[in-house]
Amino acid sequence: MNFQKSLKATLLGASLAVIAASGASAKTLVYCSEGSPEGFDTALYTAGTTFDASSKPLYNRLVEFKRGTTEVIPGLAESWEVSEDGLEYTFNLRKGVKFHTTSFFTPTREFNADDVIFSFERQLKKDNPWHEYTPGTAWEYFNGMSMPDLIKEIVKVDDHTVKFVLNRPEAPMVANLAMDFASIVSAEYAAQLEAAGTKEQMNQQPVGTGPFSFVGYQKDAVIRYAAHPDYWNGKEKIDNLIFAITPDAAVRLQKLKAGECHVMPYPAPADIADIRDDGNLTLMEQQGLNVGYLAYNTKVAPFDKKEVRKALNHAINKQAILDAVFQGSGQAAKNPIPPTMWSYNEAIEDDDYNPELAKEMLAGAGVSDLSMKIWAMPVQRPYNPNARRMAEVIQADFANVGVNVEIVSYEWGEYLSRSKDEARDGAVLLGWTGDNGDPDNFLAVLLGCDGVGGSNRAQWCNDDFEALIQKAKTVTDKGERTKLYEQAQAVFKEEAPWATIAHSVVFMPMSSKVTGYVMDPLGGHWFDGVDIAE
Amino acid sequence: MLRFLLGRLGLLIPTFIGVTLVSFLFIRMLPGDPAELLAGERGISPERRAEVLRQLGFDKPYWQQYLDYILGIFQGDLGISFVSKKPVLDEFMTLFPATAELALCAIIIAVCVGIPAGIFAAVKRGSIADQAIMGTALVGYSMPIFWWGLLLIIFFSGILGWTPVSGRISLMFFFPQVTGFMLIDSLLSGEKGAFLSAVRHLILPSIVLATIPLAVIARQTRSAMLEVLGEDYVRTARAKGLPPRAVIGLHALRNALIPVVTTIGLQVGVLLAGAILTETIFSWPGVGKWLVDSISRRDYLVVQGGLLLIAGIIMLVNLIVDVLYGLINPRIRHH
Repeated sequence: MNFQKSLKATLLGASLAVIAASGASAKTLVYCSEGSPEGFDTALYTAGTTFDASSKPLYNRLVEFKRGTTEVIPGLAESWEVSEDGLEYTFNLRKGVKFHTTSFFTPTREFNADDVIFSFERQLKKDNPWHEYTPGTAWEYFNGMSMPDLIKEIVKVDDHTVKFVLNRPEAPMVANLAMDFASIVSAEYAAQLEAAGTKEQMNQQPVGTGPFSFVGYQKDAVIRYAAHPDYWNGKEKIDNLIFAITPDAAVRLQKLKAGECHVMPYPAPADIADIRDDGNLTLMEQQGLNVGYLAYNTKVAPFDKKEVRKALNHAINKQAILDAVFQGSGQAAKNPIPPTMWSYNEAIEDDDYNPELAKEMLAGAGVSDLSMKIWAMPVQRPYNPNARRMAEVIQADFANVGVNVEIVSYEWGEYLSRSKDEARDGAVLLGWTGDNGDPDNFLAVLLGCDGVGGSNRAQWCNDDFEALIQKAKTVTDKGERTKLYEQAQAVFKEEAPWATIAHSVVFMPMSSKVTGYVMDPLGGHWFDGVDIAE
Repeated sequence: MLRFLLGRLGLLIPTFIGVTLVSFLFIRMLPGDPAELLAGERGISPERRAEVLRQLGFDKPYWQQYLDYILGIFQGDLGISFVSKKPVLDEFMTLFPATAELALCAIIIAVCVGIPAGIFAAVKRGSIADQAIMGTALVGYSMPIFWWGLLLIIFFSGILGWTPVSGRISLMFFFPQVTGFMLIDSLLSGEKGAFLSAVRHLILPSIVLATIPLAVIARQTRSAMLEVLGEDYVRTARAKGLPPRAVIGLHALRNALIPVVTTIGLQVGVLLAGAILTETIFSWPGVGKWLVDSISRRDYLVVQGGLLLIAGIIMLVNLIVDVLYGLINPRIRHH
């Protein structure tokens, strides 16, 4: 069988590579990851676990997020210019960038414009031979970010200059290109696979320009990487990076304590105190770039009245939710974007917890004996670690003001699809984690008119709000955009399509031997720049 | 014997049709579809969703999808995973040895401990030892696997540091997968210490997985032994003056084992179910976890292919048990 042959070849080559790298002073960092990657061709997928194992160690993008921030800095492009009308983005590519040399591929040339064109055109053009290279090649993120509507064409100006021509101005464009789906793959490698009739290897034996090269993957068990010796940004301090796939949070912690791994993500909230007390461990924490919310259906009475929505917001005791659901790892939310994001409007005042006022407001709106449904998600998410519990707390709060709540839940896929329905009965608990650090990625996606019947679970379309966010898309000056988004947040608070509930805090326990680890506000896990003390 | 075998094999045909139909329909009856789940909170437009389903062939009528599936099976093609984009059969072959190795070790522990414990309890019927063994078996049988596994990890790996926490072998070792059985591959690799490391990694998960079958086997052995010990031929053997050891070993045990062998065969199904939890706790890369992940992602072809393969293995094991049963008990063969 072809598969077995290729597997053996990979593993054999891989073990040689490891032996070569494991000299006396070789440093190996083990990361106890929470799940298996779906594959290694990043643009095919949307899961953070897959991105951690593919785009982050293996690839680069034209632009990158500066470590620990959402600020966009040069990556494979050294610089870029935007035309006056905001329709043309010209990128000047870095010279001397080398792709990984592995047991299955030896590059004969350095990175150039062809790689950029290939990486995007396979996602953009339906007639590209790579557009459907494996069954169900959905390019889901590329489509989800509306790239096919946005990009008119991608032009190779010369070997080291590429121009993106857009159909309309889009201020978040540069930030979009720092996202995982925009990872640059090798066109030369693709041509080699195509000639050999083994295109599917692109997803199993990846080649990139990133800080680490792919060594081997034993399904559901271990992924191995080796530092890229010719990395354009300098070779990493660690020689080997290993992902030990460990799905259970309690077991991950035991492995960390036993020294079987150095870093682990997603500790159980109940274990945080124990980790803090452990002298051998360091606990890093950071506010996540996320928001958890309760979206009313603003198209269905009586939630079409803003007074009713406002009243219910006053009935929610957020502190009780933070204590019961987040166990101290959360922060009350007043805006639909998190405080770490630029343009966050500090001046907004939150709807305070005031059951008496809520009762008055409900009476004033002519609402009595209200019964409603609250939808509780069946899954755990950073922005909502326990939706059922959260729904129960809100149920009790609403009972205090005379509103009877029935909690409903569906299987996750069903939940996502049914909650989009414009005639939906009930308010939905859901949330969002930012993709690119741009406010547009929260405000337009979750609250824009285009999202009604889709990602806008409040089914809310407000002319003032829409005008502000549409204008902010076309302006490139950040100061001006900030002002527009601040105003949009004020409109949002006044109209209350959601009860904004919480932003979570993300924890990252690691061995105290680990140095240089920086937490990513976008929730990814990066190991470039990390070192371990002997 | 040949007729017996043919009869058993004939039974496989309706079972095959049943398994393929049930696994095919079951996953499609679950709400939510792969395109929807792939998009997550971001959502997917109806046009995109239709496009993705078309690419995957899930837009065809059910009867046609089922026909494609059955025709594929006869060509040895179970389709390609929607998630990993790899052939289902290849994924299964990569993962199954891990599950099989774990299940084999567990069944060996369960048999080697369960049968002697059951015999001992039967012979010492009513004694404190009997009650202690049966009490422990009951506790073992009712133990929630997840909790039990974690407890063992915290005690033996965390506090005592005797065994590794999880995984199949130390990360230091990295050699090609030849058979997929880590115990064998570690020996083949010739790397010093690899085999020992593989054994150490197997101890806790095998114990956890063996717990329930062990309890069942011990209880079954005890009751079968008690029944046999009351039979006339055992009394006759005793009356002839045979030493107790020979009575139990030669006359009683051979007959008592007949129902026990059936029980062991049935435990294979239990082991595969228990493997799902055990594999999750011990980060064991086997088929149990693979199938559960695939159900939650609605990876249709993996679920239907994986279930078929596992059902096939259970059927095979049961066939072997039936044959063994016939060997132990000639009456079955002749009927």
